[in-house]
Amino acid sequence: MLESIVHVCLAGLSGGMFIWLVASGLTLIFGVLGVLNFAHGSFYMLGAYLCFSVLRALGQNFWWGLLLGPLVVAAVGYLVERFFLRRVYGLELPYQLLLTFAFVLLFDDLVKILWGAGSLGAPGAPGLTDSVPILGRQFPVYNLFVIAVGPLVAVGLWALLEKTWAGRIIRASSSDREMASALGVKVPALFTAVFVFGSWLGALGGGLAVPYLGLLTPGMGEQVIIEAFVVAVIGGLGSLKGAFLGALLIGLLSAFGTRFLPAFDMFLTFILMAGVLLWRPQGFFGEKR
Amino acid sequence: MQNRQAYLAAAALLVGLALLGLWGERFLLYLAMRVMILAIFALGFDLLFGRTGLLSFGHGAFYAGGAYGTALCYLHLSKDPLLCLLAGLLLATALALIVGFFCVRHTEIYFAMLTLAFGMMIFSLVWNLREITGGDDGLVGISRQAINLGLAKLPLRKEGQFYFLVLSCFGLVLYAVHRIRSSPFGLILAGIRENHLRAEFAGANIKNYRLAAFVISGFLAGLAGGLGVLLESNAAPFAAHWSHSSEPVLVSLIGGLNTLAGPLVGSFVFIVLKEVVMRVTPYWMLWFGVVLLVILLGFRGGVVGTLAQALGRGAKEARS
Repeated sequence: MLESIVHVCLAGLSGGMFIWLVASGLTLIFGVLGVLNFAHGSFYMLGAYLCFSVLRALGQNFWWGLLLGPLVVAAVGYLVERFFLRRVYGLELPYQLLLTFAFVLLFDDLVKILWGAGSLGAPGAPGLTDSVPILGRQFPVYNLFVIAVGPLVAVGLWALLEKTWAGRIIRASSSDREMASALGVKVPALFTAVFVFGSWLGALGGGLAVPYLGLLTPGMGEQVIIEAFVVAVIGGLGSLKGAFLGALLIGLLSAFGTRFLPAFDMFLTFILMAGVLLWRPQGFFGEKR
Repeated sequence: MQNRQAYLAAAALLVGLALLGLWGERFLLYLAMRVMILAIFALGFDLLFGRTGLLSFGHGAFYAGGAYGTALCYLHLSKDPLLCLLAGLLLATALALIVGFFCVRHTEIYFAMLTLAFGMMIFSLVWNLREITGGDDGLVGISRQAINLGLAKLPLRKEGQFYFLVLSCFGLVLYAVHRIRSSPFGLILAGIRENHLRAEFAGANIKNYRLAAFVISGFLAGLAGGLGVLLESNAAPFAAHWSHSSEPVLVSLIGGLNTLAGPLVGSFVFIVLKEVVMRVTPYWMLWFGVVLLVILLGFRGGVVGTLAQALGRGAKEARS
């Protein structure tokens, strides 16, 4: 029983880390730009597919894919922000949400056109394909690696935002856009930069998911974006700390749900989301807007 | 003057549709029914989104409520199509009342997220309660029995017969939504969208008004779902999924927000575009994405708004 619970926890932690990587970019973009980006799951999906293509082109080496794939997605993010999103900042919220939704439709079919509608089998990460015994059961090393990467990204983001000049500008613009602009921050350029960085983070999550899932399907972005929404809402829209803890919570909840209450796994997630929204719409760590 | 023109246009549309029902071929009737059912869905949805300013991402759940209520009644209680539709409407309205009660406490993004959460909750129940809903298979084998009028029976089995039931529902809904929009109630809804504080100071209990709009739109979604089941002879779980909830959003936007004609034009464009594009390529979503982008960046009034603007400009130029 104990080892089973430990393994469910480990599965929940590794699952939660992917949600965190996607939710972190989503949260960062919402915090600074005020746009809830529906297409963020598509960046995750594009990251995974591009990582797959690069690793195939460069002799099955996953690490090259992980390095280059997300960079391409960041470039796509640049185009989306610079030429489309920028033109709807002045509009009401539904329009912004729907603009990003248009990209969900676009990217979903684009992936099907470029990579086919079926699922693709992906190879493991070189050097991390083994399993180690934990309490008498095998656990993939790669999943342990993912559990380590998540907090690393969290620490990196924290350091970036709290300890660097760029981070200070981002925080300033996030808390008061007009004031920051008056003090000489080039807000449009900052928005572009944050969006590009957020897209890169989402794509990084997608790239990391390639060996974890071992399988790429065109619908993978839609599932993860809904989970990331749940996480971002529970933690508080715009709060990175909230997104991290929310991702762990949802990861664990869904792992335990799958193990002990398989019929109500999805239901639990969404009832938690609705409960938090009703009880504390700003989430655990968000500020009231 | 303008009102009379609108009435004439609506009458012409309904007469045209009735003539189509008498002489159209089967596939054409099938498409026309899908347009009308989607229009019923979108008319209700636009009352909430276009009129009241609340963007729901969970209305697929009420569509599914209507669909599954109808299908369950058919399989377990009675095969009378009107009774089955009534059961679907009851289920959809009850769901909308419960979900709406919670959701109208918030607006904007929180409202959208709450409706998404509740909608997906209902989807997960539909998906997982296999004994009742059939899980991923859905409920199949619902055929259209005749309506029993006591003295005579009204058969619905053929497309050409069922068509007139859909057309009657469509006509009734069109009239009802028109009446709602021009009633004091409808004006308060618009007032809530424009400035909810002012509406509140004017003495309106805006939560109740929002809830009423929510329930009406849920009711109409349920009607669309019930008719959809009778048309397709099955209820599918993805009707409750959020991707289906996005359909009326697209339709309202394509047609034009907060107009009576918008959802009609939008449904027509949506179904026809989908049919045409799907004949050429399976990637219809790509094209919808492009259409959505063009509308959002260039023509936010949708087809109706843009046309009205162009006509207005034309009239002005003609006068000067």
